[in-house]
Amino acid sequence: MNTTYDQLVNDLAPKKFGWRGNTWIAVLVIIIIIGFYSYIQQLEHGLVITGMRDYALWGIYISNFVFFVAVSLVGSLITAILRLSYVQWNTPLTRIAEIVAVAAIIMAGLTIIIDMGRPDRMLNLFTHGRLQSPIIWDVIVISTYLVISLLLLYYPLLPDFRILSKYFQKDAQVRKWYGRLSLNWTGNHKQRRIYSNSIRALSIMIIPVAFAIHTVTAWLFETTYRPGWDSTNFGPYFIAGAFVAGTSAVIIVMFVLCKVYHLENYITDNHCDKMGKILVLLCLVYLYFNLNEYMMPTYKSTEEEATHLRSLFTGQYARLFWTAIIGGLVLPVIILVFPQGRKPLPLFIVSLAVVLGAWWKRYIIVIPTLSHPFLPIQGVPESWRHYSPTWMEWSITFATLASALLIITFLVRFLPIIPIHETAQERNIVEPSSTNSL
Amino acid sequence: MEKENNSDNKTRRTFVERGLKAGLLTIASGALLAKVFGKSENKKSEETIELMSTDGTLLQVPLSAVEHTHEKKSNYNPREGFPNRKFVMVVDLAKCRNARKCQSSCNKNHYITGENAWIKIYKMQDNEKSAPYWQPTLCQHCDEPPCVKVCPVDATFKRRDGIVLIDNNRCIGCRFCMAACPYSVRIFNWAEPWQGETAEHTHYSPDYAGVPSQKGTVDKCDFCPHMIDKGELPHCVSACPNDVFSFGDMYEDTVANGSGQSFKLSKLLKDRAGYRLMENLGTQPSVYYLPPSDRVVDFEEGLKNYTEFKSVDKPEGV
Repeated sequence: MNTTYDQLVNDLAPKKFGWRGNTWIAVLVIIIIIGFYSYIQQLEHGLVITGMRDYALWGIYISNFVFFVAVSLVGSLITAILRLSYVQWNTPLTRIAEIVAVAAIIMAGLTIIIDMGRPDRMLNLFTHGRLQSPIIWDVIVISTYLVISLLLLYYPLLPDFRILSKYFQKDAQVRKWYGRLSLNWTGNHKQRRIYSNSIRALSIMIIPVAFAIHTVTAWLFETTYRPGWDSTNFGPYFIAGAFVAGTSAVIIVMFVLCKVYHLENYITDNHCDKMGKILVLLCLVYLYFNLNEYMMPTYKSTEEEATHLRSLFTGQYARLFWTAIIGGLVLPVIILVFPQGRKPLPLFIVSLAVVLGAWWKRYIIVIPTLSHPFLPIQGVPESWRHYSPTWMEWSITFATLASALLIITFLVRFLPIIPIHETAQERNIVEPSSTNSL
Repeated sequence: MEKENNSDNKTRRTFVERGLKAGLLTIASGALLAKVFGKSENKKSEETIELMSTDGTLLQVPLSAVEHTHEKKSNYNPREGFPNRKFVMVVDLAKCRNARKCQSSCNKNHYITGENAWIKIYKMQDNEKSAPYWQPTLCQHCDEPPCVKVCPVDATFKRRDGIVLIDNNRCIGCRFCMAACPYSVRIFNWAEPWQGETAEHTHYSPDYAGVPSQKGTVDKCDFCPHMIDKGELPHCVSACPNDVFSFGDMYEDTVANGSGQSFKLSKLLKDRAGYRLMENLGTQPSVYYLPPSDRVVDFEEGLKNYTEFKSVDKPEGV
């Protein structure tokens, strides 16, 4: 691979969208507009437009929120953990992972506001916040994680912005913007020291914060007495599941970008192979936590737990439950242990199944528990016993998912998807006319 | 049961009067202790009055101490509650025949609309072999309330007099309290409550829940502080035709039912083996239940009012 510097920059610089890109954006925007309309209805009429009622008091807004938090964790895995363990091959994936993480964490924050009965009083969280409530912990760690994720996305971009500012010499406007964003990066010794030190510091910082966001999200449920949530396993169980969801989300984005931008020179079969192996490991860890989560209560079968578990194993939620476990975890492991299964296309398809399974898994965690309270459900309309989301609720949820994809698309349009500077360094490609980049 | 309170057949008003007095005594004796330990030399030359403490001993209390701590109505703060009181309720399951008057009175007086009810009467049966019974269930006003613990904005709070309330002007509608409550007593205003003019035009205070209710916030039983303030019993207590409910102050060790009978709380709980719901969770409820043994009513009688899926009776005019 004797790529020249110009060719490298040319390959990796952000490009204007063609008709496919514009159609994609149009579709996302339409979905968001429909969701926005539903949300206006919700603001006007209240949460009555959803399928939630006094027993099913949380629904897909909350399970979707958990999903977003889960996906956002991947930023810390791919960038931080792999970076700190001196893995080299992950360079082309770091930016994709950080972009996915930033989009997911922004949407997690917005989704939780959508679920609020009184979003107009959101500031009460800051003016009247009480530290013993896990929601306040969530507010603190999610905003911290958002800041660290943004920085971890931004710092490695500094040299790339400089490169892009040079590359887009003809377009004064674009050049000026990239120049500003590069914060006068010249690549001198001092700058490079600050640059690598701060990235390293952020990589270390983001790991405990990432663990905190998902542990706290697990605690939102675990702090209650309800069967199915009352588990000491919940923190690690959620984190294990989050890595599964996030990794497969990155694989999907990686595959699509690779195909659309013809990046086969940079995102190779080798990357797919490695990511596939990681996904197998993560799925196995998550399956292990699932075993703990469901086996021990089944063994004891206390009255409340047994009712709950019956609804999952053989009852109302059985189809969803087994599809999520088998289709979203067991089968992917079986497919991905074979080298053929880790080729780009099969890996992509498996990852889609894993992400879908992960979304429904959160539904399975949030909703069934609520239909088995300690006291019987009596004297309320029959429909209150079950939860089925309304189309408005779905449209709002789809709009949040579309918004996450739109944020990813927007960032992909303006940022180099693969770090140019780092790739050049790794491949020992030197900027021909450069005097100060060494 | 009958024997121990035939001499005690007081009206409701005397119960409350007695309550206030006893409350005063409690403060006074507390203040006395403080005085005694504070500056004992003042004690001799002062005029004293004779007061009885909660354990029945007579005390000489300086007059100034009594005046000093005198309970003033204007000091009442809906977030703090009534000073030196601790409200409790006793629900006698042996007497409940699912008449549902508690529910309709509660719904009417709190202007509850829609399918909601803050007090529910469950048809219970602990196991196949044991007899079924009716269990009126309202907010248990726990001393370790899980709902208050999880509230992110201090909208639901615990008062010094034991009552757990919701500030509907502060609630953000996250419904975490509803998830945390093991007794399923909290309800959410999913839509605009449309309560009619009476409720909607009244000035809001957290100690009169439902007046008015607000869309997007949580509601529940408030133990009727607005009635206690007037010296009356909560709506469910006075509405029950079977004297299932008794309400009172734990510090006075007295509870009274809707017919005006009063009982010594500790004796009642001891004699009838009173218990609390889900004691194992450590929530320390303020509502005690008397087991449905030696029943004075027939369980079957309640079945005609029982509707498994149909919602509550709605108050008239809504």
